[in-house]
Amino acid sequence: MISMVLTLLRNPLVLAVIKMFVAIGVVMSAVPMLVWLERKLSARFQRRIGPNRVGPMGLLQSIADAIKLMWKEDFFPRNTDRLIFLAAPIMAFLPGIISFSLIPVGQAEGAEWLGPNGVMAVSYLEMGLLVMMAVSSLASYGLAFGGWASNSQYPLLGGIRSSAQLISYEIVMGMAVIALAMKSGTLNLSEIATQQQGWYLPHWNLFLQPLTFLLFLIAAFAETNRAPFDLPEAEQELVGGYHTEYTGMRYAWFMLGEYAGLWTMCSVIATLFLGGWTLPAAWMGWVGHFPWFVAALISFGIFIAKVVALVFFFMWVRWTLPRFRWDQLMKLGWTILIPLALANILITALLMEYGGLYVR
Amino acid sequence: MYSYENEVVEQTENTVHLNVGPSHPAMHGTLRVKMEVRGERVIKAEQEIGYLHTGFEKLGEYRSYNQFITLTDRLNYFSPLNNNIGFAVAVEELLGLVPPRRCQVIRTLLAELSRLADHSLCVGALAMDLGAFTSILWTFVEREKLYDVFEAVTGTRLTTSYTRVGGIAFDLPEGFESRVIAILDSMESTVEKLRGSFYKNRIFLDRTEGTGIITKEDIESFGITGPMARASGVAYDLRKYRPYLIYDELEFKVPTYTEGDSLARYKVRLDEMDESIKIIRQALKLLEPGPINALDQKHALPDKLSTYRDMESMIHHFKMIMPGSEHGLHTPVTDLYSSTEAPNGELGFHIVSDGTSNPWRIRIRGCSMLNYPIFGRLMEGSMLSDLVAILASFNIIAGELDR
Repeated sequence: MISMVLTLLRNPLVLAVIKMFVAIGVVMSAVPMLVWLERKLSARFQRRIGPNRVGPMGLLQSIADAIKLMWKEDFFPRNTDRLIFLAAPIMAFLPGIISFSLIPVGQAEGAEWLGPNGVMAVSYLEMGLLVMMAVSSLASYGLAFGGWASNSQYPLLGGIRSSAQLISYEIVMGMAVIALAMKSGTLNLSEIATQQQGWYLPHWNLFLQPLTFLLFLIAAFAETNRAPFDLPEAEQELVGGYHTEYTGMRYAWFMLGEYAGLWTMCSVIATLFLGGWTLPAAWMGWVGHFPWFVAALISFGIFIAKVVALVFFFMWVRWTLPRFRWDQLMKLGWTILIPLALANILITALLMEYGGLYVR
Repeated sequence: MYSYENEVVEQTENTVHLNVGPSHPAMHGTLRVKMEVRGERVIKAEQEIGYLHTGFEKLGEYRSYNQFITLTDRLNYFSPLNNNIGFAVAVEELLGLVPPRRCQVIRTLLAELSRLADHSLCVGALAMDLGAFTSILWTFVEREKLYDVFEAVTGTRLTTSYTRVGGIAFDLPEGFESRVIAILDSMESTVEKLRGSFYKNRIFLDRTEGTGIITKEDIESFGITGPMARASGVAYDLRKYRPYLIYDELEFKVPTYTEGDSLARYKVRLDEMDESIKIIRQALKLLEPGPINALDQKHALPDKLSTYRDMESMIHHFKMIMPGSEHGLHTPVTDLYSSTEAPNGELGFHIVSDGTSNPWRIRIRGCSMLNYPIFGRLMEGSMLSDLVAILASFNIIAGELDR
């Protein structure tokens, strides 16, 4: 029976379908947990208790919220462009899942049929980093279209803010990634992850490329529209920004999109800067004694732990810092971060050429 | 030109009409601002009031002096005790009545506690409006403790109605001092925490420094008082300028800044909280046992307990409470303006008395009413996001605005 299943799994088509379902499943089950985590953590920061009624420790709160939202009135504001209005939430949500499918989440050594070297990723691409950048920036369309299609001032302002912000910070992120790609010499996400393994100490890019990490992190905050870069939403100014006119499940899609984006962005940072699923090799030797699926689970656990730590950091920042003003945001992006990113590329190049650092 | 809610709006080139409020997350209460914006830049802003019209001044003509105290609760509903005390002080000045020492100390204590509650909400709300939601919940915890004390003292949390003409409704409960001291300690640490989180926070400074600058001349021409005036370098504080209650015996400073921007207003409020804590610590030492109501049966209500126990007090009580021209307070035919320092500025009552038990007219000088008009002018030319940074630093309370 088990051997039959394993034979079936070795069929690439079946495997691809299963992988896709797993990737969607991971994101879709992560999102309610993130919402719960955000609410619990914010409660901790604010000397509150947080959700504790639905399920143990309020764990089922997000499910209850989703059920409530599904039963809400299906509301369209007057004079909206229905097609775009309907498509916007989906467009905001999909990039999160698609870019997560590029990220290697673990390694099952010896299970070559899972992927090259047993790397667990839905799509193992040589230019994974590039595709990830391309897909994740698509989310801004959802926000901009949602703001435009609502036919109201507040959402429109939110939509404009989001497109301006995403364009500016996309450049910063792209430039940060250039420096990283120069250092790594590859765009393959799993190779970037394994390069950072080291023997005793981690050779994480976080330590080798601190400036790149900082730039990427700031851009990631802007990309995910989280405080202090949550201008498109700006509850106190624009009521809800781009999703002011959205109700019920369509509003929920925007929220899902935000958290899916957060989850994916944290996965990307974990892969690029914290070594993905790896820990220093000296500590990982014992994993080799286990069968492949146990090793897979352990590496997946390490990956998730890193991602959750990053998510915690994102939430910590959100509930601590105030929000930028629009012109200050642009000023920071164009006059500080972009020159810094250019300098970073130069520094990396000089270090590679003359410094003898980053020798591959 | 197009019609918007029955108002014809003249639309200039490339601008969008943006209506903020009266129902909007940043419009605490029911404020409304009509704006012409070009992108994020505000070209024209005009504030509109009247969405919480209550008619207190007109209602006052049909209430006796003691009944009007319940209406003052609803003026600035974040510091009702200050309003109660302000009105009682005004009526006592009208009658030439001096309440006993203990009553004055208790009033001072509660006025400062109430000021702490008001300021703690305002400083929390400013950071919340800028996106740092956590600070308001920190200050809310402190405010909640204060409200518990108010509940223990007055019986209610919000509509306190604590003062009476010539006295107060009840004496302080058991354990009041220890409770207050515990609150002061935690309040001090919260104020320090707020300073730590925001005084060096680059984003917070960028948002508040230089936004909504009010000059000294504007303060004088608009009649702005309170923390807003003190943030612009006008050290006008009625507690120092024209001391009432026991403020002349207490040592405290009037924190003043000269910048006149949102940050200065924030800092003034935090510094005033420190000063209030100092005042309360001093006033607690002056608290001695004694009567709480003035022994002037023609003007002040007798103690509740003696009303039930001896006949004279009951007769006096009856004569004071009953409606009709032959009953109630005996007032001179005169008019008088008296003002006290409320958390947001000068809270004045102009009472015109015709000798009957009801005032002929009470005119209230609400602090928010005079602090608000400059807002539209400050908004012109600033960014849309400055709306929240400026408005929250004003601490406009709609109850005081529309009387």
